[in-house]
Amino acid sequence: MLVLSGIAIVVFGFLLRVNPLLVVAAAALVTGLAAGLHPLAVLAVLGKAFNENRYVSLVFLPLPVIGLLDRHGLQERARMLIMRLRGATAGRLLFAYLLFRQVLASLGLTAIGGHAQMVRPLIAPMAEAAATRATGHADAGTRARIRAFAASADNVGAFFGEDIFVAVSSILLIKGFLQQSGVIVQPFDLSLWAIPTALLALVIHGTRLLLLDRRHSAKSSATGGEPLT
Amino acid sequence: MITLQHAYILAGLIFAAFALQSARDRANPRRFGNACFWGLFAASFLFGSYLGDVANGALALALAVLGGFRFLGTGRYDGNTPATRVASARRRGDALFLPALVIPVTALLGTVVLKYVILGGEPLIDPRQATVISLALGVAIAWVVAALWLRETPAVAIREGRRLMDAIGWAAVLPQMLASLGAVFAVAGVGRVVGQLATHVIPLGTPFAAVAAYCVGMALFTIVMGNAFAAFPVMTAAIGLPLLMYRFGGDPAILGAIGMLSGFCGTLVTPMAANFNIVPAALLDLDRNAVIRAQWPTALLLLLCNIVLMYVLVFRFGTHHG
Repeated sequence: MLVLSGIAIVVFGFLLRVNPLLVVAAAALVTGLAAGLHPLAVLAVLGKAFNENRYVSLVFLPLPVIGLLDRHGLQERARMLIMRLRGATAGRLLFAYLLFRQVLASLGLTAIGGHAQMVRPLIAPMAEAAATRATGHADAGTRARIRAFAASADNVGAFFGEDIFVAVSSILLIKGFLQQSGVIVQPFDLSLWAIPTALLALVIHGTRLLLLDRRHSAKSSATGGEPLT
Repeated sequence: MITLQHAYILAGLIFAAFALQSARDRANPRRFGNACFWGLFAASFLFGSYLGDVANGALALALAVLGGFRFLGTGRYDGNTPATRVASARRRGDALFLPALVIPVTALLGTVVLKYVILGGEPLIDPRQATVISLALGVAIAWVVAALWLRETPAVAIREGRRLMDAIGWAAVLPQMLASLGAVFAVAGVGRVVGQLATHVIPLGTPFAAVAAYCVGMALFTIVMGNAFAAFPVMTAAIGLPLLMYRFGGDPAILGAIGMLSGFCGTLVTPMAANFNIVPAALLDLDRNAVIRAQWPTALLLLLCNIVLMYVLVFRFGTHHG
């Protein structure tokens, strides 16, 4: 029972709004000590996992290049591109991106997309520009909301697309864990049964994205908003 | 052969450059905090494979202390004015998209093609890590192309990258720290205890109650751990296999697939999943929880859908029944 103290620390840290990095480190140390491990042994377990998971942090590699292109007007160009496309609204654009991301992820191509490479430099400014063009104006709150939804489209598309691909890590984890427990399942069956949820994710989040246009135009015409540039 | 180690060296050099520039950024009141933080992160990438587990653990804790006790600040990055950027965008046109697209296209080609290229008897890139290695390769190519075309020195690219990195700050290290927490939980046997507790406390007498407890449990445990991969073994050993499969005759493939996706609903609403929720908020100049606020209605609806789907499907379909 004592080993659950780590979960308690995470929950209370959450509620008290302590910095999550500290909370997680403290929870790891306390849990290890509560399980009767030597402090150095806890440190070793922690360090080994930290080191083996460095690949997660390679997502930051594109930042200098993206920053460089930003400096020379990449986001502005993304806005100009959308201004030329008639009929492009923020909702439709984000819906298209959600679909694109989900289909590619279901083919195992999760590397295309992502917040650093796609959302920040291209998708978010395009969606903002589309929202502005549709009504002529968009206030700062609306634009922030649209950027947040651009990030959400990337997440929902990736999460609920990738499990349709047979060789993705989560499918392999499910298969591996069940196999350890003496239950054999085929990766193909796992990916097959991920399809109903994937379709519902597209319908639910897609509808919410398309509704952004309606909500936004109602709000805009009521308040007038402020010019984009 | 290009391996993951080469990608780590590239990352290590970039973070070391962030650290050096941070130390000299007098506009940042906490510049030495930033320098130590990015410097340690660089050391992890460059030397982590040789340091030994205890030293890596100490390094991780030092990062947590620096990041958690607000030793990080922001400085001056000398960006271009909006007017300059608009003028540049007009002058350079749609060609600006090309270097940006080099990164995903290289990642795509790497995953699909490069993986199978053999040079001098050995594969060109380590096929097990094809995607991340080709991402690093794409970054290197895009950087060279952009720097030559835009005539900018590496120092400028590092400064622009540092602007984005400083906005992310401590959240950059959280995903790796959560992996550490997961490892300690596994060694300490937390999953087993949670499982015993769950089966004793929650009344799971009916198939529907067991389905609901499994899906909601996956989502809640994912919220705490920041990662559905950590929740899956715990909840499946506790409820999924003993109750849903062995007692009520559910199909393991269906419960596994929909169980994992219920966990993903939790990922959409937790700040612990920093790389999906907190990092994009920082990159897009948003309030820290803005992305979670955009996602929670989808997550909640989808979790309800998963419960219904699993209840309808798991006892009727599947290969397990022959």
